[in-house]
Amino acid sequence: MTVLPNSSGLVMDEPLLWEKGKKGRNGFSLPRRDVDKFPVDKKLISKGPDFPDLSEVDVIRHYTRLSQWNFGIDTGMYPLGSCTMKYNPKLNHILSGFSGFTHAHPLLPDHLSQGALKIMALLETFLSEITGMDAVTLQPAAGAQGELAGMLLIDAFHKSKGSHRSKIIVPDTAHGTNPASAALCGFQAVPVASNENGILSSKAVADIMDEDTAGIMVTNPNTLGFFEDNILEIADIVHTKGGQVYCDGANMNAIMGIVDMKKCGIDVLHLNLHKTFSTPHGGGGPGAGPVCVKKHLEPFLPIPRIIEKKGTLMLSDNFPKTIGKLHGFYGNFNVMVKAFSYILTMGAKDLKKASQLAVLNANYIKEKLKEIFYLPYDRPCMHECVFSDKHQKEYNVNTLDIVKRLIDYGFHPPTIYFPLVVEGAIMIEPTETESKEDIDRLVDAFKAVVEEAKIDPDLLRNAPHNCKVKRLDEVTAARHPCLSG
Amino acid sequence: MRFLPHTKEDIASMLDVAGAKNLETLFSKIPKNCRMTKKPRLPDPLTEWEIYDYIVNLSKELPAAHEYKMFIGAGSYHHNIPSTIPFLLSRSEFYTAYTPYQPEISQGALQAVYEYQTLTAKLLGMDIANASLYDGASALAEALLMAIRIKKKTTVAVSAAIHPNYRRVIQTYFQPSGYTIIELPYLKNGCTDISAIDKIDDLAAIAIQSPNFFGCIEDLSYIKKQSQKIESLLIASFAEPISFGLYKNPGIQGADIVCGEGQSLGIPQSFGGPGLGMFATKMDYVRRMPGRLVGKTVDMDGREGFVLTLATREQHIRREKATSNICTNSSLNALAAAMYMASLGSTGMRELSRLNYDKTEYLKQSLVNVGFKLPFDSPTFNEFVVKPPKGFHKTYNRLLKKKFIAGLPLKRFYPELAGHYMMCATETVSRDDIDALVQEVRS
Repeated sequence: MTVLPNSSGLVMDEPLLWEKGKKGRNGFSLPRRDVDKFPVDKKLISKGPDFPDLSEVDVIRHYTRLSQWNFGIDTGMYPLGSCTMKYNPKLNHILSGFSGFTHAHPLLPDHLSQGALKIMALLETFLSEITGMDAVTLQPAAGAQGELAGMLLIDAFHKSKGSHRSKIIVPDTAHGTNPASAALCGFQAVPVASNENGILSSKAVADIMDEDTAGIMVTNPNTLGFFEDNILEIADIVHTKGGQVYCDGANMNAIMGIVDMKKCGIDVLHLNLHKTFSTPHGGGGPGAGPVCVKKHLEPFLPIPRIIEKKGTLMLSDNFPKTIGKLHGFYGNFNVMVKAFSYILTMGAKDLKKASQLAVLNANYIKEKLKEIFYLPYDRPCMHECVFSDKHQKEYNVNTLDIVKRLIDYGFHPPTIYFPLVVEGAIMIEPTETESKEDIDRLVDAFKAVVEEAKIDPDLLRNAPHNCKVKRLDEVTAARHPCLSG
Repeated sequence: MRFLPHTKEDIASMLDVAGAKNLETLFSKIPKNCRMTKKPRLPDPLTEWEIYDYIVNLSKELPAAHEYKMFIGAGSYHHNIPSTIPFLLSRSEFYTAYTPYQPEISQGALQAVYEYQTLTAKLLGMDIANASLYDGASALAEALLMAIRIKKKTTVAVSAAIHPNYRRVIQTYFQPSGYTIIELPYLKNGCTDISAIDKIDDLAAIAIQSPNFFGCIEDLSYIKKQSQKIESLLIASFAEPISFGLYKNPGIQGADIVCGEGQSLGIPQSFGGPGLGMFATKMDYVRRMPGRLVGKTVDMDGREGFVLTLATREQHIRREKATSNICTNSSLNALAAAMYMASLGSTGMRELSRLNYDKTEYLKQSLVNVGFKLPFDSPTFNEFVVKPPKGFHKTYNRLLKKKFIAGLPLKRFYPELAGHYMMCATETVSRDDIDALVQEVRS
């Protein structure tokens, strides 16, 4: 193996929780019993759940050891395409943990909730400024719920005009959540193929847009890493037939302060605070998926909305055209605090700079790696670039083998086998927080792996070699599911 | 800018490789009419220390936690959280990881979620649990949609004693589908009246919350028997999982799907979110279930390990035919809940649950002693409805000034219960706090 700074690891074994501990141990400081026991109806009670009894030290060691088998952004570069794995600033974590926030009950009188409502109201304004859109709801709990909200808004818009439309156009480069969200809202997803440049052509949309089509769900920049250059004409075509344009803003990190989404003809846009606005993914959530709209869709936004009366902020349900509620309360407030702090840290100038550097990093990688990987669309990209394993096929190794070997060099793999339009896709999104040296190291690692493929392809097929476990049998896991212990 | 590592020289040499003259030219293909022409109006960037001061002050505008005695629950509960939990959750390896798509370098998160699924299944008395959904409200909406898929019927019955916000979320999820939601009223004892269910055609599921919104314990076993007669599923919702340390869990009582809010299990209230959508069911229904699942398997060398599994139900494979559109869920909060359950253990869970019960009963008794009426006579957990003596709204406001949150006025959610309040006491409320409240009420 080429010697590069890597992570061979300090890997300790750790059993399952219930294989540890002893009955009668306790890891919890139980509050003092200062009241007597009251009678309980015996018919209703049980023995309680069968949990392992652990001490505080047992719990700490268990999870500390587990954490050591996990790769995060703080461990190393995490170039997962369309996921925007940028650095998560530590300040934001500290701030969101202030007890005023963590202990805030959601149903108190407004005057006791001003601090939270101020942050939410300001964050709505900030997101509206950054995107160019007119109004914002912070309620959706994640990107996919933002998509659902967007679909419901479009459905409500058409119904308010007395019409019901049954279809929605979804390009082949869309995230899987797009057609699933559309289906949840009762729309039939109509696929449209991207063109030879990896973007949508106006003609392809014009050919299928009709008066039973509610609109289009377009990811911009798209999952091939390209800006949809024809977005203005596409929006025109959709609008002329009475449709609405939904934009999946998961890739907003490429265009902050550069593109005005409203001017692009977008009617609804969702953002991922856990991508563009630096809040952590936490191993798969919680995130937040705010939705930004143009004025004409504002009356349909979820309730409650924040309003101001005589200098006091309050939550109001008084929006008769609303699509309703999506979340038990107001969305993932704790995540909002982190995004709020991020925007205050960056300001308009550095948000734009972040987008510029994210795009620079991606183009730099594209130029460096196209020497070794097949690049199906060889043109300037936005925040990410998509290669394939075509050149490596002659050595009988595939995308999976290549990226599994990359793990041995201390990097998290890129997104693979997505978007579906590129066979054996390797989708790399470096983000702006990676330095030139780290990117050069990633490039060197890929080059080393590709050389290894020529000499010793088994090294790749059996990779990774330095992790807690080797490649896992996913087929058996699905055929004979073992989902609890 | 401390998160942007590029020096001027880096930028120059990288632009050179990228074949761009300057940073602006990287965007030259974007049509002019799409460009942002004015700079977004955002505050000038602040330093770390300025932001700290600014936000600490905003957090102090949420004084309730430190200064107030809280007797309010209604789906968001104040429980003690061991210091170990925020400490462990802030481990970067958990905190800054994405969804564990690459199992070899995600074994920590995967094992932790597998353990969460197991502890959740045990707590709720079910075969299996998923890796989490967003919150209790959307979990219930997903459960109802799942029941409709299983039963191939188009109507669901939902108890009026389910959290009003959850019911509002269900309506939103159901609005475009054309499925019918029938509301089941509550009885004089505060529990759900299911007497009408056999008159409802095509009923896929009956959804009941227990403890319900009023804190009342529902007779799920009885409801299960009735639901079986009409071949509909029983969905048990919950907002207060601590209750299952004392009361029978929904699984023992025959629930087919159990879903609810896990915030009580070590997750801060945070103005209502993020919470934790807990979701469990029977093994027979696993392929109809929404959300991610972690399963146990072996690696090439036969060593035990964990992977995301049964992904063919999910949106990234199944697209529009998926069982749900959910992708990002509440993984880190699922870890918090697992850590919480592991810290308590069986013994701790029983004791804590009983303590919550006894504090609430003490509060109940004390309020009855000063003339409060209990409109519902069902057994309760953690919270209960009271009808205070006339003119209590004035007392409520006076108490507010004295920094007591004396429950939740119910009129906003149930107009017919105007003048009623919902009171809550968890283990965080001391006997002195309760006595002080009652003293104030009396004076």
